[in-house]
Amino acid sequence: MNPQNSNDKRYPNQGLLNRPLNWTSKDWETLLQSATIFSALIVLALFGFLVYFTLPLFADGQFSELFSVHWRPFHGEFGLLSMIVGTLVLAISALLIAYPVGLGICLFVHGLGPSWLARPVLLLIHGMTGVPTVVYGFVAVFLLVPLLRDNFSYGSGFSLLAASLTLSVLILPTVVLLINSQLQQVIPTLRVTAVALGISRVQELTRISLPAASYGLLAAAILGFGRAVGDTLIALMIAGNAAQIPESAFDSIRTLTAHIALVVATDSQSTIYHSLFACGLILFLTTASVNLLLHQIKRRACREINDE
Amino acid sequence: MRQRLFQKLFFTFFLLACFTVPAVSGELDRFSTLQGEIDIAGGTAHIPVMKDAAKIIMTSYPQINITVAGGGSGVGVQKVGEGLVDIGNAGRPVSEKEREKYSKLRSFPFAIDGVAPVVNPANPISGLTSVQIQDVFSGKINNWKYVGGDDVRIHIYSRDEASGTRSVFWKKCLNRGVIVESANIVASNGAMKVAVSQDRYALGYMSIGHLDNTVKAIKLNGVAPTQDNAINGSYPVVRKLFMNTNGAPKPLVQAFIDYVLSSEGAGNISGHGYIPLR
Repeated sequence: MNPQNSNDKRYPNQGLLNRPLNWTSKDWETLLQSATIFSALIVLALFGFLVYFTLPLFADGQFSELFSVHWRPFHGEFGLLSMIVGTLVLAISALLIAYPVGLGICLFVHGLGPSWLARPVLLLIHGMTGVPTVVYGFVAVFLLVPLLRDNFSYGSGFSLLAASLTLSVLILPTVVLLINSQLQQVIPTLRVTAVALGISRVQELTRISLPAASYGLLAAAILGFGRAVGDTLIALMIAGNAAQIPESAFDSIRTLTAHIALVVATDSQSTIYHSLFACGLILFLTTASVNLLLHQIKRRACREINDE
Repeated sequence: MRQRLFQKLFFTFFLLACFTVPAVSGELDRFSTLQGEIDIAGGTAHIPVMKDAAKIIMTSYPQINITVAGGGSGVGVQKVGEGLVDIGNAGRPVSEKEREKYSKLRSFPFAIDGVAPVVNPANPISGLTSVQIQDVFSGKINNWKYVGGDDVRIHIYSRDEASGTRSVFWKKCLNRGVIVESANIVASNGAMKVAVSQDRYALGYMSIGHLDNTVKAIKLNGVAPTQDNAINGSYPVVRKLFMNTNGAPKPLVQAFIDYVLSSEGAGNISGHGYIPLR
């Protein structure tokens, strides 16, 4: 290729970049406002859509039945309670595994571990964000599930435990990267002062930097939880999908997302199909209420700090 | 004069014959004057058969474009009923409610598929009665020792309510009985094969078309679940696979359906482990 040609290609781009944008701050404001309103409208439309499609269940008086335990659609029982419990138990247990590990990795990277290891560890975590869910699912089906089946006398291996372990690997990068990004902002300003005051590295991290990064800690929990609730494939492939309320970690469970994926191909005129929209609605409300709850906690925490 | 005409006609046909693609066999001739698109969606059991037919037709007649998507039986009926696709596949007959909503639907059964109970190849069990299977699936029996196997728990694998495979197994083998809630549910015939081939204590069921040597199909009431036994009627747990169209199919779609039902299409169907219906 001759250089003349590539130059020709570059010129129009440069022109575009150099052209002054005669936008006033007002214009930007309008643009950003409309973008915000648009996104909010999409979420609201989604909510309205779910409610609209759940209406047939209200009309038939079947809505209260959704909160019974048994899912036996061919016997007229459409209980989603075991799926709701399954979703919450799985998401919480995955978060309970991933969150401490993620926090540990962040502290390791920010001073508790050798500094030459910090970059490789972070690179590894970054790389993990790119691994498709199905790969984790596949590996777990062939390695983790047989391991659980052979080493514990109870259950087939497809279980709450297998799914929560795998799911925790999936949400780990979310937790680590969010906490890390917050720590990266607060540590440079705090560390010098801390060192000057003679505070040890551990004290600095646990007493000063982490509290200062509380927003990141909270966001990591919210997004980690949201990711865990929203993930479909891992639960579908590994949790066993039995619609029952789990009594032990080795029990097979079904989440709402896996339930939708399993049942969506059914007869679209049946009550079974309509109950899926109720599932969607419940999922939507679950994540929304968890977000609100955590924000409430944060607001209260902020108020307490201000009061002191 | 008349002879001239015949000569001319003969010559024209001779020329035509010279220029047509020689690889085209008789069954494909029906597509020679047609062009356009066929969109197919629905039951996943149909996909291998549909894809092969589409590939053969499109190779010979590039002016025809056929797309094949999955989605499941319910999706197939819904999409064809709404006019989104030309052919909606279903591994079960169209339900009454679906008929009410989409009254113009026409069904073309084209193959029979059997559903076999399967265990892990390492399992010594070689056959069960339907009563034993009902007892296992309803949770009355939970140990292989009660049906002549080792003293280990039975791990039950079943399918979701959308599955045509489950539907026929539930009706014709479980006699519409209860399936215990603790049964593991897998999402496809492929997933069933993976699960049962890995789990020594598994009991599941799957389409005969998907069987291979990683799982063991066991006898039901002494009858082996083979294609032959399904054809002669001695193996009872079978279902039909349907293609559905919305109203009378357009010529191209009709030609596709005729091709699937032709002798060449039948070879394709049995090649994938199903039994052609003619």
